[in-house]
Amino acid sequence: METAAETAAPKITAKNVDVFYADTQALHNVSVDIPDRQVTAFIGPSGCGKSTFLRCINRMNDTIPICRVSGDITLDGQDIYDPNVDPVQLRAQVGMVFQKPNPFPKSIFDNVAYGPRIHGLSKDRAELEGIVEKALRRAALWDEVKDRLDTPGTGLSGGQQQRLCIARAIATRPEVLLMDEPCSALDPIATAQIEELIQDLSSRFSVVIVTHSMQQAARVSQRTAFFHLGNLVEFGNTDDIFTRPSDSRTEAYITGRIG
Amino acid sequence: MENQTSTIQLVQASLVRRKRKERFLKGLGLSAICFAFLMLATLVISLVASGHSAFVQTHVTFEVFVDPDEIREKRLPRGGFDDALAASLAEYLPGVDLSDRATKKQVEKILSNGAQFHLRDLVVADPSLIGQTIELTVPVSDPYDQLNKGGIDPDTPEENRRLNDKQIAMFNQLVAADTISKPLNWGLIINADSRFPELAGLKGALIGSAWALLVCFLISFPLGIGAAIYLEEFAPKNRFSNLIEVNINNLAAVPSVVFGLLALSVFIGWFGLPRSAPLVGGMTLALMTMPTIIIATRAALKSVPPSIREAALGLGASPQQTVFGHVLPLAMPGILTGTIIGLAQALGETAPLLLIGMNAFITSAPDGPLSSATTLPTQIFIWADSPERGFASRTSAAILVLLGFLITMNAVAIFLRSKFERKW
Repeated sequence: METAAETAAPKITAKNVDVFYADTQALHNVSVDIPDRQVTAFIGPSGCGKSTFLRCINRMNDTIPICRVSGDITLDGQDIYDPNVDPVQLRAQVGMVFQKPNPFPKSIFDNVAYGPRIHGLSKDRAELEGIVEKALRRAALWDEVKDRLDTPGTGLSGGQQQRLCIARAIATRPEVLLMDEPCSALDPIATAQIEELIQDLSSRFSVVIVTHSMQQAARVSQRTAFFHLGNLVEFGNTDDIFTRPSDSRTEAYITGRIG
Repeated sequence: MENQTSTIQLVQASLVRRKRKERFLKGLGLSAICFAFLMLATLVISLVASGHSAFVQTHVTFEVFVDPDEIREKRLPRGGFDDALAASLAEYLPGVDLSDRATKKQVEKILSNGAQFHLRDLVVADPSLIGQTIELTVPVSDPYDQLNKGGIDPDTPEENRRLNDKQIAMFNQLVAADTISKPLNWGLIINADSRFPELAGLKGALIGSAWALLVCFLISFPLGIGAAIYLEEFAPKNRFSNLIEVNINNLAAVPSVVFGLLALSVFIGWFGLPRSAPLVGGMTLALMTMPTIIIATRAALKSVPPSIREAALGLGASPQQTVFGHVLPLAMPGILTGTIIGLAQALGETAPLLLIGMNAFITSAPDGPLSSATTLPTQIFIWADSPERGFASRTSAAILVLLGFLITMNAVAIFLRSKFERKW
């Protein structure tokens, strides 16, 4: 399984990526290959640049005027920073779930249906309802909300809201799902549900997750990247990173001496 | 060690001081609010005290014989309506001799100047009235209205009064004959302006203000929101957009009279639009309201949490879909509040409208945005300038009407805000 993933062409390839906020360099020369249909975790102390790198993959950094990205990031071999690539199209391919649950102040149904609607993924209402149901089922939320799809999404609990955001992201049928600390605002039960969900989703998509919790990275991911002070220190199989780290900084971090 | 006071003692000592400061601040705020309320109450009480009498109007009700000798069908609409009225009114005044010209003049002057036109309109509409006796209720002229409302004291020396003893005696005869009444003064709302206070009303000003505000809204609302969306959501943040921002803030602080001068030279001078027209008034007010709407809209857009924008953009919504589908609806309560406050400001604005001639004396209500009109504040300005005693109370009454409209608009703003907020 692992060997197959290593030999297959990576889904996302980053080469020599530098990111600047105005004059401050936030990422230094990051190169990484993210495999398809696996979970890749980015770990590291606060401010190490892992979220910044994640936001490069769907060009969310474009919305920050002072942010400048250089280097190459390719998705299926296509340079995503190519002037011909429309970030709108890219973000339909690369979905994102944010740290804080951010459902739209609309009904649960409209939240999930928004992406399919703007991208024209359904021909009629029945098909749209099918897409919404499927997304909510895959996000393990359907049974809890099926009787109140027209109530506001903001009325759900924190864990439910985050699963709603995941359902919303997967309803557009992305190829890659980026998750920026999706469990940081959740209790252990909701976290466990989301982790299970991540495992499940990785059978269809490439999932990239940023997390503060090393246990979480160890539990859900097959590959782990450790960032420190804007540098990618180490990238490899999760088991190797946590048991046989090759870099002393990685070892210091996972044993709790830095962070 | 023993001399050292513990933390708890230090805290307790300072707590007294802190509590005292807090009480002082609370007291200061409370007294500021009390002062503001006191001022407001003083304003409203003084307006009601001077203006309440304008909400009623003394009328006289009497039998009018439409004398065929005075009023002939062939000569309509000219004719001796005033003579017929005087003759009929004299029936209620025993001992008054109409053959004396001065006395006849005085009897005629009891009635409002508008009475004869009222009778004329009735007869023109229905010529069969000629030769009949009809009951007529018409306003009395301003001095008698003042007398009835206590504005003229019969005990003051005769030479210091506007009505002499004889005139007062005639009025008392009418009162004794039970012909005098003091109903609600609907004329204040349904009449246009007039030289005669007893006939003057706010209809022209109300319609003029409505047209001007409509034009102002139609121009400033879409332009203001469009400008704010562009500046807030799409414009690159550079020196040029900073310059624009500073200038818009400055524009909001420009004295309104300057906008009046601008409108006079541009809209009337260059474009050749008519003077005194609500269209021009509305365009002038739109110049003033737009910066207010832009600033309010930008503040409302800024207050929409960035997580909503990220959520929409992250799903692949285009920036335009993000703004119109998510950000703008969430900002709507703030935008509407700002807009209505801007329009309320525009409703009370006087100076720029004076410069474009909206303080003209116009005795008919405007029939469109291009016909001459006044607005509520300019009407107040005109009436405040008029020497007749009756206009003093009417000015206060008009101010009360204007304040009523402002309160209504602000209430609508609050209602809309709460309604849109509940929707989410």
